[in-house]
Amino acid sequence: MSGQTSSEYKYIGTRSIRPDGADKVTGRANYGADFFLPGMVHGKILRSPLAHAKILSIDVSAALAMPGVLSIATSEDLPDMNAGTESAGEGEVDFYDFSCNVLAREKVLYHGQAVAAVAATSEAIARSALDKIVVDYEELTPVLDLLGAQKSDSPLLHKNQTTEGPKGKGKTPSNIAKQMMLARGNVDEGFSEADVVVEKTFISPIVHQGYIEPHACVVRTNESNQIDVWCSSQGHFMVRSFMARLLAMDVSNIKVTPLEIGGGFGGKTVIYLEPVAAILSRKAGRPVKMVMDREEVFRATGPGSSSIVKVKVGAKSDGRIVAMEADITLNAGAFKGSPMMPSMMCVFTPYTCPNMKVTGKDVVTNTPKVAAYRAPGAPQSHLAAECVVNEIAKRLNIDPIDLRLLNAVDEGSPTIYGPKFKAIGLKAALTEARSHPHYASALSDNQGRGVACGFWFNVGLQSSATINITESGKAVVITGNPDIGGSRASMALMAAESLGIPLDQIKPIIGDTESVGYNDVTGGSRTTFASGGAVIKAAENLIQDLKRRAAKLMDIDVELVQWIDGQAVAPADLDKKPLSLARLARKAGATGGPLTATATQTARGAGPSFAVNIIDVEVDKETGSVDVKRVTVLQDAGKAIHPSYVEGQMQGGAVQGIGWALNEEFVYNEKGVMENPGFLDYRIPLASDLPMIDTVIIEVPNPGHPYGVRGVGEAPICPPMAAVTSAVNDAIGCGADFQLTELPLSPVKVLDAAEKLMG
Amino acid sequence: MATHVKTTINNEAVEFLCEPHESLSSVLRERLHLTGTKEGCTTGDCGACSVMLDDRLVCSCLVLGVETEGMSIDTVEGVAKADKLHPIQEKLLEHAALQCGICTPGIVVSAKALLEKKADPTEEEVRFWLAGNLCRCTGYDKIIRAVLDAASVLREEA
Repeated sequence: MSGQTSSEYKYIGTRSIRPDGADKVTGRANYGADFFLPGMVHGKILRSPLAHAKILSIDVSAALAMPGVLSIATSEDLPDMNAGTESAGEGEVDFYDFSCNVLAREKVLYHGQAVAAVAATSEAIARSALDKIVVDYEELTPVLDLLGAQKSDSPLLHKNQTTEGPKGKGKTPSNIAKQMMLARGNVDEGFSEADVVVEKTFISPIVHQGYIEPHACVVRTNESNQIDVWCSSQGHFMVRSFMARLLAMDVSNIKVTPLEIGGGFGGKTVIYLEPVAAILSRKAGRPVKMVMDREEVFRATGPGSSSIVKVKVGAKSDGRIVAMEADITLNAGAFKGSPMMPSMMCVFTPYTCPNMKVTGKDVVTNTPKVAAYRAPGAPQSHLAAECVVNEIAKRLNIDPIDLRLLNAVDEGSPTIYGPKFKAIGLKAALTEARSHPHYASALSDNQGRGVACGFWFNVGLQSSATINITESGKAVVITGNPDIGGSRASMALMAAESLGIPLDQIKPIIGDTESVGYNDVTGGSRTTFASGGAVIKAAENLIQDLKRRAAKLMDIDVELVQWIDGQAVAPADLDKKPLSLARLARKAGATGGPLTATATQTARGAGPSFAVNIIDVEVDKETGSVDVKRVTVLQDAGKAIHPSYVEGQMQGGAVQGIGWALNEEFVYNEKGVMENPGFLDYRIPLASDLPMIDTVIIEVPNPGHPYGVRGVGEAPICPPMAAVTSAVNDAIGCGADFQLTELPLSPVKVLDAAEKLMG
Repeated sequence: MATHVKTTINNEAVEFLCEPHESLSSVLRERLHLTGTKEGCTTGDCGACSVMLDDRLVCSCLVLGVETEGMSIDTVEGVAKADKLHPIQEKLLEHAALQCGICTPGIVVSAKALLEKKADPTEEEVRFWLAGNLCRCTGYDKIIRAVLDAASVLREEA
């Protein structure tokens, strides 16, 4: 079916109303904190007041004696855990580290780390009980600086951690957890051929995903060692498997029912509260509800890695890029595991350049353990790469889009990490950008324009789907990925298209961990691609069954039956009336029993996505403040199943990137205490900060999906930081030598750079 | 000690007990289970808990439950009437102006308050009015378009 033009589709590509819409605009939808159980009590977490310290002792006796306090949890209640990484979900996990991040053992490694927890009959009692827990700490020097952490004389976070490299583990303990390299060709030869070489280092701070819904859960344990969990997450199967591992239980003893999720952006692909609530509930004999406040979300969840990325690019005078080199250092936070590898994979992938070398370092500091944040690691490395490519364009006096088109990857181009590209839409997006009216529009005084492209590979992973046909012939489509941005709508559209029945005959729901097969997390931009693929397969299985049953009722050979527009149709010369799905459903009892079909897959062939941004800014030369004037975002969606929600991903990703470029930053004092843990001081973009975000959807079908779908959620955040940074440098008149290289581009920095340029 | 408070919520008489420190958002959610009012920050920065208090738009996390004695509170649960969505709600859905939807109830309450004050706002006026309602998913584009579209529907209905 791939390669069909959109006009051949009846349902996909339309802008239907989302099935969960009415409940979400009326306040009826239940999110993480909206769930209650009879007899439920409240859990709160005691958090470390220090960024780096040994825990000498914890005395909970006074807290436990308080009226209304029902149970207390510390790391002593968690099973022992062996150190060492193992593959889990989207990546690798060290469950010893994970367990320490849930409740600290031996040491605290960042301000705000969970140390103990209390369950009490009210939240107020739980909070006051936290004050009665006495923790004796031996304070250690916090390691906060990403460069300083790497020095041999730096204090160490983990005494047993040595650097893992391409040639095995190092011998001496280090805060550098891992070093990797990717390469092709010979960069030294490449640079020797270059007519122009630009080398520059770009820095970005720790940022937060900034979902509006704080983490929340309700956990109920029973006397038969069963645990029921209701929570919001990016994957209830992820919650189940992580809880089972951390509590040393079998997954079959844990049932997780997903509640609506109020934003995640990668930050809810891990868990914090659920295992703690389970311990508190087991000890108290009551269901326990835990809800973080905003300050806890900032201090102890997420965030995205800070970065230092040095990029060197060499090009011939005609614009051909002949060498690209990057040195990427990402902050992992308190425990190893920054998104170093995806950052390395993405940095230069838009370019065909034959000579590339990319090195990466994963460094621990006394800051919260990072979590995935939308295209993890890629925006940081694209910031540097795309800005340097723009400087090259200026040096050579070549239009930056033309320069990219000259060097852009296309079908058949190799990637630095292995596979060759199948059909991709980078050149199409760049070509559309060049002819877009925005690109031809004039700039006023103090305005600047930046362009950038971005790449995210997207993933497939495991998905399951079940379709149950009701007695009335409607299709209940059950998938197992939380709907974070309209995926029920896309599942319904794909089911309608596959079954050939109207959209209002489809009811898409999200099953709990026991009513649908296993599903990996809602992450890697995989849901519409991989879980959608499972829905299509389930529909195909159902159609096979429907054809068999129709053949029986028509008393003809099954090979003669065709499924057309939601009906079983026999060849015209046999003079049989078509059988609708509703009729087959009513006859199901006589043809073999209820109609149901399931399909599962480990989805291969995830189509990578490329995005291109054109961003105009205006700099106030009195104050240094930056106003975003015009934004055009272009992206290859493969096939946009629901164009409005594809546009929404593009717009939302662009705006998160704009916030990252201009405002957002964790500000730490010298003690390692975050000084801006609220939305007033950690300022995400507001409606009044922005113009409309114009979108152009490019559709180059992904040959790995029946309808050509590519994941669209992550690529949109890859270009904007570089586009904004290039635009601001342009606006203050930097020419081919960007002065602003450290995010966020706060008014102070911009004013400073502008004044220096004016002399 | 808990205080007895008498209010009107969504045009119905509602009485509740609450402690003096409890916010209105907490009372609505925890005591009355009106969880359409969301809490994203409890510091008045995100707007997810927007409600009308005697016809004034407030962050209910910044109001104490005991302060609302004798007052009228309108929450998102009261916006749709007898199975009919309000034009703002309809337009938010038509424009796909929500992704996760957690900010949406606050946007509905806040946008309704704007359009009751000003039937024909400019894009800039909508942007500044909604500057107190954080949305991390959409980049605001579709929300602004939906509110402007709803304004024109409401003007036609008037």
